[in-house]
Amino acid sequence: MSQPAPRQRTVISAASKPAMPPHIKMRHDAGRDRWIILAPERVFDPDEIAVEVLKLCDGARTVGDIADHLAKEYNAPREDIEADIITMLQDLADKGVVKA
Amino acid sequence: MSDTAPSDKHVTEETLTLDAGEMRCESAPASEQADPMCARAPVGLLAELTHRCPLQCPYCSNPLELEKVNTELSTEEWKKVMREAGQLGILQVHLSGGEPTIRRDLEEIVKAASEAGLYTNLITAAVLLKRDRLEKLQQCGLDHVQISFQDVDTAAANADRIAGYEGGSAKKKEVAGWVRELGMPLTVNAPIHRHNIHNVEAMIDYAVALGAGRIEVAHVQYYAWALKNRASLMPTREAFMEAARIVERKREELKGVIVIDAVVPDYYAKFPKPCMGGWGKGIINVTPSGKVLPCHAAESITHLEFDNVRDKPLGEIWLYGSAFQKYRGTSWMKEPCRSCARREIDYGGCRCQAFALTGDAANTDPACSLSPLHAEWAKVAEVESHLSPPAFIYRRPGGATPKPAAEKKPVTSDA
Repeated sequence: MSQPAPRQRTVISAASKPAMPPHIKMRHDAGRDRWIILAPERVFDPDEIAVEVLKLCDGARTVGDIADHLAKEYNAPREDIEADIITMLQDLADKGVVKA
Repeated sequence: MSDTAPSDKHVTEETLTLDAGEMRCESAPASEQADPMCARAPVGLLAELTHRCPLQCPYCSNPLELEKVNTELSTEEWKKVMREAGQLGILQVHLSGGEPTIRRDLEEIVKAASEAGLYTNLITAAVLLKRDRLEKLQQCGLDHVQISFQDVDTAAANADRIAGYEGGSAKKKEVAGWVRELGMPLTVNAPIHRHNIHNVEAMIDYAVALGAGRIEVAHVQYYAWALKNRASLMPTREAFMEAARIVERKREELKGVIVIDAVVPDYYAKFPKPCMGGWGKGIINVTPSGKVLPCHAAESITHLEFDNVRDKPLGEIWLYGSAFQKYRGTSWMKEPCRSCARREIDYGGCRCQAFALTGDAANTDPACSLSPLHAEWAKVAEVESHLSPPAFIYRRPGGATPKPAAEKKPVTSDA
């Protein structure tokens, strides 16, 4: 077996195109009436905003695009939204939930 | 301990770390619209598909009395368990053993679990896996593979001596490579004890090189076979502290590259560990023969009676089974637990350990400093870890009694 190259930390910026890898599954947990993210030996509990953001993380849109979209939808300051999204996605990237 | 702090204000995290002797689950509160049945349902199912295993690890968390092949649930019965688990609101299933790949119907069980909406996690020794079978399991919906490693690849002889299985180390490395080639997420499970604790840093680096997204630095928990082998396995306090420092440093260095979960031995912890994150609260365990346990060591509490999935639905057993009711919540507690501020943090520690050492499972776990037996108990690790280690009592049917058996395939240690 060839050794895979040492991997790098994913750093999220406004230009990143984030997506959840196939083994990360976000779905509605009907019994408990909440959204959940299933990951290896982890269950994440996203709030409404996180669900909204993650649904837009399709590997094509940039973080900037997502911020534009949400700023319009919520009529909120774009810079605040972008900063908030970057913080959230960086944390999720560090946990292997998001790739970019 | 695994990190369970809220990750940020938008996403909180629950861990379901299953480990040799320790399982944790921190459930988030459910909303008011939730189905009351599901709101109280476990999030994790530990399915011990068989107690058969080619490895003989002396710290195995299976009971000393291993269940026999002719008592195992059938394919249809396991499929029914998976369907009931999904309906109950269970989110993840850990397909474990023994060695789960010994079951020829593993593909069908994985498929049933996946169709029931469960996130499927295979906990395997990997030595029996072939590449095409792994591919089939992936097609059946397998989400994640966890492989145990006894030591790094450059200490293969030591790894194989610990597992009592020649060639195991190299085989595991090969299978880990296939897991990554197929694009599946890999966790390295590294049970840590006296015979490999010097290699904790190298094990973490090895997991990165294998392409794992996660490693469990799992200090052995001293129940069942590990308790039998405690004098062989217990590291010194100094070695443990050094390993803990390494884990902290590597977590920082490898942030975003690999998730490092650590399980500490309670002999060297400040507080007792929360037994199962609360008895009958987040995890349910089904044994190879269908017995439903609140924890995989629960049968060591000899007065408990366990229901079987052959007789009753999983949900009914979870909610009303006597073994689950017995130590659920806090009302069963005696002093000093009953009035303790930490009663819903650590639940008085481990019921099995309390029973084994005090004769009453409702007593405080001697791992707690408030237990009258604490000083005596804590001294055991100190003394045993400094004596020369006795030979392993390998995990095999009948191996626990009456005398230690010789190694099946002696291998020289290079540790």
